Amino acid sequence: MSAYPNAIAMSAKEFVEWSTNVMDDIVRATGVKRGLDKVMDPLLNWGVRNSMYPLHFGIACCALEMAACSGPRYDNERLGLVFRSSPRQCDVLLVNGWVSKKLRPALRRLYEEMPEPKWVIAMGECAISGGPWYDAYNVVQGVDTFIPVDVYIPGCPPRPEALIDGFLRLHQKIKKSKIGTFMDD
Amino acid sequence: MEDNVTYTVEQVKSRISEAFPTAVKFESKVKPRRLFMTADKGSLLKLCMFMKDQLGFNQCSLVTGVDWCDRMQVVYHLTSYSSNITAEIVVDIPRDNPEIDSITPLWGGANWHEREAYDMFGIVFKDHPKMERLLLPADYTFFPLRKDCKTGGP
Repeated sequence: MSAYPNAIAMSAKEFVEWSTNVMDDIVRATGVKRGLDKVMDPLLNWGVRNSMYPLHFGIACCALEMAACSGPRYDNERLGLVFRSSPRQCDVLLVNGWVSKKLRPALRRLYEEMPEPKWVIAMGECAISGGPWYDAYNVVQGVDTFIPVDVYIPGCPPRPEALIDGFLRLHQKIKKSKIGTFMDD
Repeated sequence: MEDNVTYTVEQVKSRISEAFPTAVKFESKVKPRRLFMTADKGSLLKLCMFMKDQLGFNQCSLVTGVDWCDRMQVVYHLTSYSSNITAEIVVDIPRDNPEIDSITPLWGGANWHEREAYDMFGIVFKDHPKMERLLLPADYTFFPLRKDCKTGGP
């Protein structure tokens, strides 16, 4: 790309765009990008996969299964699942339990506060579809009506093994997601 | 306050029927350390005041509503620690105008019970310090535990 008409007076935005394009072209033309992707994609992907921090946010009885999962018998820390109490430090929003209409804005806000990349797991019947509270006057009929959900774990409540299985499904999803590529194709 | 005086159920019964000969009716149900009565809507506050000040009922453990379709009821459970008696007061109120005096000025513990009864049944407690919805979102227009409240289904 030639800088000809703008080389004399370029705004900051134009300069960033121009220089990015130049870098991009050079990296692509010389094959450095392919090399970087080959090294960085598996590495970053491995790092993200093995440090999925769920938000420590228990709503209903599924939260007890979550607690059992973090206990010594199932020990989810061996998979890198560390429950964090602040949404700023989290990658996964684990919704476990029915969401009342009064809770919905707060949960949506928690989701918005989490930094990218982020995923959502709906755990248990209530979070998936309202469950026993189907058609109730104050329960939201499924979390996916207001935030995008990646993994559904059915059960009422699901066993800790099922919870771990759900996180391993999320592993597979992240593995295929090309999250560690250096630049967009 | 006569907190340390102990009464038996019979004594409480006779004191109340002395003070409220027509407004309060006792039920024939008999259980140890329990007292069942129905009261008039108008005399409820006076009855509660009498029970608190003269008979030492120092706790209000329950306020709730019942919807009987033709009328509504408010149920109160008052407890005396010193006499070890729980008294149940049932008050009938009309369904089209469910209003009753608040007993929150007497027992602060009745505050949230009355707000919940308002939340679920739409019973308005007069002179309550904050007669608003407690559990449901403030913009709801129905009272879910009423029998004619339709839930679910399109």
